[in-house]
Amino acid sequence: SQVEQVKLLDRFSTSNKSVTGTLYLTATHLLFIDSSQRETWILHHHIAAVEKLPLTTSGCPLVIQCKNFRIVHFVVPRERDCHDIYNSLLQLSRTAKYEELYAFSYNPKQNESEQVKGWQLIDLAEEYKRMGVPNAYWQLSDANRDYKICETYPRELYVPRTASKPIIVGSSKFRSKGRFPVLSYYHKNKEAAICRCSQPLSGFSARCLEDEHMLQAISKANPSNRYMYVMDTRPKLNAMANRAAGKGYENEDNYSNIRFQFVGIENIHVMRSSLQKLLEGIGTRGLSVNDFLSGLENSGWLRHVKAVLDAAVFLAKAIAVESASVLVHCSDGWDRTSQVCSLGSLLLDSYYRTIKGFMVLIEKDWISFGHKFSDRCCQLDGDPKEISPVFTQFLESVWNLTEQFPQAFEYNEAFLLQIHEHVHSCQFGNFLGNCQKEREELKLKEKTYSLWPFLLAEQKKYQNPLYNPDFSPDLTLLEPNTVSFNFKFWRNMYHQFDRSMHPRQSMFNLIMNTSEQNKQLEEDIKELEAKIKQRNGQSDVVLVKEQEQTAPPAPVALKTPPCFQKEQPPMPVTDAVRTIEGSNAADNRYSELVSEFSKAEPAVVSLEYGVARMTC
Amino acid sequence: MEFAELIKTPRADNVVLHRPFHPAVEGTLCLTGHHLIFSSRRQDNAEELWLLHSNIDSIEKRFVGSLGTIVIKCKDLRIIQLDIPGMEECLNIASSIEALSTLDSVTLMYPFFYRPMFEVLEDGWSSFLLEQEFELLSSVTNEWRLSCVNKEFSVCPSYPAVVIVPKCIDDEALRKVALFRHGGRFPVLSYYHGKNGMAMMRSSQPLTGTNGRRCKEDEKLINATLRSGRRGFVIDTRPLNVAQQARAKGGGFEQEVHYPQWRRIHKYIERFNILQESFIKLVEACNDQSHNMDRWLSKLEASNWLTHIKELLTAACLAAQCIDRESASVLVHGSEGTDSTLQVTSLAQIILDPRCRTIRGFEALIVREWLQAGHPFQQRCAQSAYSNSKQKWEAPVFLLFLECVWQIHRQFPCSFEFNEQFLIMLFEHAYASQFGTFLGNNENERAKLKLPQKTMSLWSWVNRPEELSRFQNPLYEANSLVIWPSVAPQSLQLWEGVFLRWNRPSKFLEEAEEERINIIKYNKELQAKVNALRRQLAEMETNEELLEE
Repeated sequence: SQVEQVKLLDRFSTSNKSVTGTLYLTATHLLFIDSSQRETWILHHHIAAVEKLPLTTSGCPLVIQCKNFRIVHFVVPRERDCHDIYNSLLQLSRTAKYEELYAFSYNPKQNESEQVKGWQLIDLAEEYKRMGVPNAYWQLSDANRDYKICETYPRELYVPRTASKPIIVGSSKFRSKGRFPVLSYYHKNKEAAICRCSQPLSGFSARCLEDEHMLQAISKANPSNRYMYVMDTRPKLNAMANRAAGKGYENEDNYSNIRFQFVGIENIHVMRSSLQKLLEGIGTRGLSVNDFLSGLENSGWLRHVKAVLDAAVFLAKAIAVESASVLVHCSDGWDRTSQVCSLGSLLLDSYYRTIKGFMVLIEKDWISFGHKFSDRCCQLDGDPKEISPVFTQFLESVWNLTEQFPQAFEYNEAFLLQIHEHVHSCQFGNFLGNCQKEREELKLKEKTYSLWPFLLAEQKKYQNPLYNPDFSPDLTLLEPNTVSFNFKFWRNMYHQFDRSMHPRQSMFNLIMNTSEQNKQLEEDIKELEAKIKQRNGQSDVVLVKEQEQTAPPAPVALKTPPCFQKEQPPMPVTDAVRTIEGSNAADNRYSELVSEFSKAEPAVVSLEYGVARMTC
Repeated sequence: MEFAELIKTPRADNVVLHRPFHPAVEGTLCLTGHHLIFSSRRQDNAEELWLLHSNIDSIEKRFVGSLGTIVIKCKDLRIIQLDIPGMEECLNIASSIEALSTLDSVTLMYPFFYRPMFEVLEDGWSSFLLEQEFELLSSVTNEWRLSCVNKEFSVCPSYPAVVIVPKCIDDEALRKVALFRHGGRFPVLSYYHGKNGMAMMRSSQPLTGTNGRRCKEDEKLINATLRSGRRGFVIDTRPLNVAQQARAKGGGFEQEVHYPQWRRIHKYIERFNILQESFIKLVEACNDQSHNMDRWLSKLEASNWLTHIKELLTAACLAAQCIDRESASVLVHGSEGTDSTLQVTSLAQIILDPRCRTIRGFEALIVREWLQAGHPFQQRCAQSAYSNSKQKWEAPVFLLFLECVWQIHRQFPCSFEFNEQFLIMLFEHAYASQFGTFLGNNENERAKLKLPQKTMSLWSWVNRPEELSRFQNPLYEANSLVIWPSVAPQSLQLWEGVFLRWNRPSKFLEEAEEERINIIKYNKELQAKVNALRRQLAEMETNEELLEE
């Protein structure tokens, strides 16, 4: 279906600037093509909300909010059309069954063996081997081989050698959702481990000897330190309230040699409303600096990001500085625990700061350990209270680290944004479902494709040109400064699609392209040198000498022999790389003033968002 | 006066220097007439710190037993701490620093004593003369003339000796207009937009008073910049009610009846004392590492600093827009025409004129629109954000301008020939310098102090090739377009290079910047090499062809 004469309004324009075009609905996308043939594609799965606003003189406004923070504002001339689109979008964006998701119909033209290879690209068994397990202290347990002990854990789990099956079973019965303590990361040099689990079902006084043994086994699996940390990533108050429901936290008296620590990260509901407030704040037209800053403050978003990173720093330091093992949990151990374990590992191990390593990290601490991507990202029409930007927050924490350590990461911001895009796109199988068991039942490896090989194939786009592999070799700890002023608003995430907010010349792109061009030039030089050598070999030795004397490096401007021009013109200095945006009249928002100047007799002219507005 | 009288303890040993993010260093402290010098005597890794007394904004001293501690807060916002053994020595040193950093007389300042260690290739005092500007202007239009009506500084004490005015207005008229404008600051040319022949003028407020005084010559002067049948815009940097209140004190604004061809726009920019408060609050917020997120954000908000940045950029965009988009001439003024007026006119030129985005062009802009235009640097930059004394005339007016340039620079990182360091360097020298450039409040005072004869110009130093290379932006590629910045709060950023400079480790950021420069440099080398190889190959081919023939 298609609707013509639809207006796409500029979100931040105060004078209702718009472009007119045609709106198409396909099975998977909404497509808008404006009069200058510019296309806007929106995946139905990306749509978070559709809203019909009251009818105006120019038509019926339709606002679409996307999970990747794009907001589009259409005005449809006829109300009936608008209503139809609205209903279609509601249907198309709400999926009841996994099998209806895009991933099941998406066909990237790969053959079967490519598909299989794609899924094998990230191999967690390899990853544990890389970390150094199994070893004298840690072993692979088959306790959960059939998902009998914990449905939301993967089949393959690493536990201390001294933790026998009865201990595992007993401990799992004492932990929320059966999520007993298992290995998340092993630090070779310090022989210390990051372990993860869910909260204990301790209530006000319950104990479990097997669980106590389990923790002791973890502690003893670390020969270099007598004590271990137990990090409860929740605020103390929340953890205490959980006791009334028969859950809670570890009583230090019952466990030998543990150091218990709350780190105070808020729960998924607080995070959801925090992001909501942030988006409401920054979405206002004609925002003043103070409204922006107080909106940022009131949303609490940066405070939460800081809390997550502070927790990760605490964890990483316990391992790297004290050589102490750490057990991390929250309530169910799949949200805050995933954040803290993965960020902690990222600070400890430079492998996770490479492109491949980051994929491994996400596969391990998020996908395999059962972060509920389906619920959190609302892949299927479900409980809105389950939605929460936990993973987005993780990516934002990583982005903050890349800002502080511009040379420590092999990947760039575009990589983080692309992953965020696909966590919500449901185009690939990786993030579908809530846990591994569910994924196996859906036969995702046969019916869908893995995202990672596609990202690797275009990894040029995601490489950080400033990356220096020697910046922090192997297991050197990254120690970020978490003083508040280091945390910035992530404009490229939350305003990714609002072009007017961004620098008109991108230093990032320029460096990316130049770096890319440098590689090409190095190739060219090699090739040219080979050709010259070859020619030298052919010609007379005397001639070669003469040539060397008569061909000093002259300025490029000297007249060039015809064959030189024929072959390839000298490269313009950097023209190929640079584009200057935003200074032509068409792109320029100040031009809006022109029409308005001639209208009334205004007393005040104000410019908001680079958009001029006159008030009489 | 002999400086020696003020220095009772010229030297102290076993002093410990503390700086944030650096290990403490032990060494010797020496005081000279103009410098505080700290030197670690370690053979292997000698560290020296030279601090101009004039860079010191405030000092605090405290004692624990006989160990004294002096905390020195500098105008460039750095804070250092010196532990000095011996109560008497410490007291002596503290009182010397206090006295030497607050010298009353300009002629005792370091620029009058500084002897450059470099060869002067070009005297910066005569690098940017208005006559040269006028020559350039004359090549595109003949509607303007140079006037020497102020050559004795008698018509307007804060104007330079020569100014550019419309050709049809004679000096007699200018004298009359000067009487009608606050401080004698009659409208003069600030910028001529070659693209469409529109002019930006600046002045101070007209002295209309309560009874609506008018001045025919003033009207004629500014009307001379209009094309027939077209209107101009007066951008008044005060809100309407303030402009109205100003009439009671003899000031005022251009009234429609007498200036029918002009439309007045009030675009409020804060007065200097408010800006100083904002500056102090911002620096306080940035210096406290213990703030939690909410407190940091609310302190940042309460400082209002970024609001001032946004307002200023908006006003400058408006002025530029009137000229470039509306093809209208513009007159900018506030009350005195020495602060907000200059911020607006100079920023508008950054937006409009590609020349102002080159190093020399930017220097010329500062000379023309700030130094010659009579921004009272000595008053405004007497103290920075740490001053304990009650402020009088201090205000970060120039710093705000520099930050706005930085904000535009962030948005157009390839359009400026200079880099961030250049802007930071200018900020430092405006507050404390070995050069005479920023001394005095206007050209009149500078002439009386004989600065060009007795001191070195900052430009003589900066424009030497070895210095210039530090300030060049490797990404620069001349961009002849008008550059319109975004003024959305999401597009503005805290100027970390100034405000967080001393508050966080910057090693990694600096190394990354170096890497960026290396990539660009390497690219140029590779391209040169490819071209040379191609040429070599081509010549070989032609030679072979010749041989074959």
